[in-house]
Amino acid sequence: MLSSPSLMDTLFQRSLEDLIKGLRLHLPGTPTSNFISKNIEEIKKEIKSTDLNTKSIALQKLTYLHSLYGINMSNWASFHAIELTSSPFFGHKKVGYLAVSISFNSNTEVLLLLVNQLRKDLGSPCEFEVSLALETIGFVINQELAVNLIDNVFVLISSSKSFVRKKAIVTLLRVFEVYPDGIKVCFKRLVENLENGDVGCVSASVGVFCELAMREPRLCLPLAPEFYKILVDCRNNWVLIKVLKVFGKLAELEPRLGKKLVDPVCEHLRRTGAKSVVFECVRTIVSCLSEFDYALRLAVEKIREFLVDDDPNLKYLGLQGLSIVSRKCLWAVVENKDAVIKSLSDADVNIKSEALRLVMAMVSEDNVTEICKVLISYAIKSDPEFCNEILAAILSTCGSNVYELIIDFDWYISLLGEMARIQHCQKGEEIENQLIDIGMRVRDVRPELVRVGRDLLIDPALLGNPFIHRILSAAAWLCGEHVQFTKNPFEVMDALLQPRTNLLPASIRAVYIHSAFKVLSFCLHSYLLPNESASSWVDSDAGEPYLLSESEILETSNSSALNDDQIYEQRVLNLAEGASSIENVLDTNVAQEQSTLPLKKGLFTEESIKNLLSLVETALRPLSGSHEVEIQERVCNILGLIELMQGELPNSVIQGGENFEKGESKASDFIKLVHDAFSEDLGPISLSAQERVPIPDGLLLEENLNNLDKICGDIELPVSTSFSLGRPVSDKHDSVPLFNNHDKDESELSKESTSLLTEHRKRHGLYYLSSDKKEVVSDYYPLANEPETQGNANDVTEDLVKLTEQSFFPKKKPNHVKARPTVVKLDEADGRIPSVTKKLDSANTAISGAVQDVLLGNDTNPYSSQVKPSDKLSSNSKGKEKLHIGQSIELNEHTTVDKSELDSSRPKRNKKHKERKHRSSVKTAEDRDKNGLEDKQTSGHHHTRNKARHRADGDLKVVAQTPVIPDFLL
Amino acid sequence: MGIRFILMVNKQGQTRLAQYYEYLTIEQRRALEGEIVRKCLARNEQQCSFVEHRNYKIVYRRYASLFFLVGVDNEENELAILEFIHLLVETMDRHFGNVCELDIMFHLEKAHFMLEEMVMNGCIVETSKSNILGPIQLMDKAS
Repeated sequence: MLSSPSLMDTLFQRSLEDLIKGLRLHLPGTPTSNFISKNIEEIKKEIKSTDLNTKSIALQKLTYLHSLYGINMSNWASFHAIELTSSPFFGHKKVGYLAVSISFNSNTEVLLLLVNQLRKDLGSPCEFEVSLALETIGFVINQELAVNLIDNVFVLISSSKSFVRKKAIVTLLRVFEVYPDGIKVCFKRLVENLENGDVGCVSASVGVFCELAMREPRLCLPLAPEFYKILVDCRNNWVLIKVLKVFGKLAELEPRLGKKLVDPVCEHLRRTGAKSVVFECVRTIVSCLSEFDYALRLAVEKIREFLVDDDPNLKYLGLQGLSIVSRKCLWAVVENKDAVIKSLSDADVNIKSEALRLVMAMVSEDNVTEICKVLISYAIKSDPEFCNEILAAILSTCGSNVYELIIDFDWYISLLGEMARIQHCQKGEEIENQLIDIGMRVRDVRPELVRVGRDLLIDPALLGNPFIHRILSAAAWLCGEHVQFTKNPFEVMDALLQPRTNLLPASIRAVYIHSAFKVLSFCLHSYLLPNESASSWVDSDAGEPYLLSESEILETSNSSALNDDQIYEQRVLNLAEGASSIENVLDTNVAQEQSTLPLKKGLFTEESIKNLLSLVETALRPLSGSHEVEIQERVCNILGLIELMQGELPNSVIQGGENFEKGESKASDFIKLVHDAFSEDLGPISLSAQERVPIPDGLLLEENLNNLDKICGDIELPVSTSFSLGRPVSDKHDSVPLFNNHDKDESELSKESTSLLTEHRKRHGLYYLSSDKKEVVSDYYPLANEPETQGNANDVTEDLVKLTEQSFFPKKKPNHVKARPTVVKLDEADGRIPSVTKKLDSANTAISGAVQDVLLGNDTNPYSSQVKPSDKLSSNSKGKEKLHIGQSIELNEHTTVDKSELDSSRPKRNKKHKERKHRSSVKTAEDRDKNGLEDKQTSGHHHTRNKARHRADGDLKVVAQTPVIPDFLL
Repeated sequence: MGIRFILMVNKQGQTRLAQYYEYLTIEQRRALEGEIVRKCLARNEQQCSFVEHRNYKIVYRRYASLFFLVGVDNEENELAILEFIHLLVETMDRHFGNVCELDIMFHLEKAHFMLEEMVMNGCIVETSKSNILGPIQLMDKAS
């Protein structure tokens, strides 16, 4: 019989060493599978041998192959492993248990066969056998096993041999995991081991409690005095680190522990030479003892030592420590700014990213310019991966909360332009989104957007980089949409039609062509109807008195608040008077653009327009046969316009002379129409805008389209959603009648339409403003100075609240040269007041609940009472998942803020002009404070301003709880 | 759980010892080892010894041609784990006398035995070299 090994097999059995030597003959990279499968065949025979020696060697080989070469042994060798564990020879037993511990898990089928052997070995007089069994239990434990063996392990916790005892203690950890009731039996003995003289046992039991504390800190709270004793007396660094971890957890639970802890921890920190202990002390201080100023100072000092060390490990940990500190006190990061910034150019990408995170935590509206400048210079030098990490960090930080950090949008726009030129930049999509988003939201910055867009467009080199095609698409769109701000539309047209645009993907090329159409119509309009274009030019940014310079604000406020219409009229008048008066009125930036207007008149001569038309025609004519429908359609439009114009242009010019300005020709009429269509301002639209459009009477959206098949019974709908002409419509469905089942088809149709809508949403996501809430939002473009709209009404109240706050903190820096332009936000600050009162209620119950639990000790999970209600809350208070005990105080603050909001929420429109000057410095700060309350965890940089307040919270926390919680340390 | 796994991998990326303290199937182990080896072996001497991977940290150290990689929970003290790796190497050094990759290959069982003395269920239980080596020496004498 093949399967039973003969004596010969036993005599000439390959040993483990032979196997390893055989494996080593195979060079790395060459397949060993043949050799291994040959050996497995041998092992399969040998392992069935009745000779335990042969069996043991076979199992040894198999274990080796299993653990290093991934050969599965659990399905056929498990039984043999168990068999060996019962061998009287320790050597065999060892091999058997090793195989079990490496290949078994808690679900292995034959595990039941092992229980008896384990129990026998746990009771063995030989300590090594006991230790083998204990070690194995940890790998295979399940509830059944735990229930069966807990008594045996329990006996061993008080064994006289510390070699056995410490292993038994650690085994308990696994037993508790699967059999929590076991804690009741063993807890007392376990605690006794904490006070044992033997360092091994103390270390083991501290290890167990440390693990328990990570899961259930509450369980270890009564043991605080024992741990405290170890903390003070212990000289073993391994134990010390674990105890510090335990206290880290306990101090979160019981803030008054901090007072007791701070001295011994600082003592260790000063005295120890071991860096691991230093780091653990630092971590404990910064994460839970940060209210003790001197301790924090000391910890930050040590962090500093780590940061300037040459060892990359210490540097990394220093940065990590700093990022823990940065959540509470930013000054520590600012103090070590130099070291952090230096780490940005470290050789290690882990250190670099950690440093980047810290740098971003430091960003505030005052330093965002400088920090971004530094970061960009690092990005240019870095490798592509980290470069993009930096760019992503800048984009997300600057773009957060509707650009709340940005005061000077002109600067930010040029920064975005600069990013596009960085060689490794791959953030095209995000930059595209921000460019267009800013274009929509911030009117004042449009001239700068167009300037930056033009610079990007005319650079032919950029077209070669596919990563920034998206940015170019944004630039093209902006230059087309706001073409009135360009100095030289011909130049833009040249750029849009340059030959290298054939490198662009079709969708972006279509944007280019569409922009070219807008530019062309603008040029024609300016040429044919110069006067109208001038007034329409004003039109586009009239009604924005916040644009006006300081002098005018003074002027208007002196003449006691002109309303918007009056200002508008005044400005039109000014324009008519001439450019010189305009310059007085408008601030310098706009004035520059403005002053080019007369120049433009000189630009649009008959000659130049003719050249323009022929340029466009020659550039686009070849594309009229394009297979891409988006391109073809647009090219045909533009060519149609050109043909029309070429027919009409001479007439209108001849007609010109006196009637020229009235623009009575057909061409001018037509151009006027086109121009009017384009000059309509595109504004941001709230995501929920569609929902609030009332459905007109008589429109039955829900009604079944029963007669649809009558109408189009024999027309087959193309299934393909792609609109490309180049692709043939699939004709698989020829034989399938489309409308055989009404209901089904209808549901499908409606599904299709919603999916199309979502697709549209996805594709044009930036034209929808994000809004999760369904609260009242204006569904038309809010004019920036219209106090009635939701967002702006809030702005006003914010201004007022801020104003009062400013008087309390007089040293806020109003050092911004430029006023921050208005940023349109649609959905924000809605429904906050009701949610606060709600929060207050449930937070109070949560806290009292927790206190009661601590007092009565009736809850095994101390967090359950706190966390659960807060989970419910988090749905209306975003980002505030961590409700700490000190929360009630924070919430009180909410209410005060909100009260003042309420008080000031009455519209005070007449005051508005006067306040405008303060607005720039004031409003953003207010925004920030509000947001700071909203999402404290996510944005660390909010905390500079709240530092003092936080400390106060800390103190109050202690006071508030003093009467109810017993002091475990006294 | 503290330590989740201990790996010894040579320069070529071949695993020389693998000890897991949480159960993973063979496929999961192979995948994990592959990912870690790719991540850690590409790093140079000037870079720090800590790598974040999935939801835990890997602390590693290179001795001659062998990488010692320890996967730990995020709570764990990185420097203590580095010290632990050093202790492990010193212990092996004392036992084998100038330990090298071959020693571990041919005495895998002993290496496992030493590890079991030092770490149980992911907890470090013994840090004294003579205590760790005591049982092994006894067994060597007995056989």
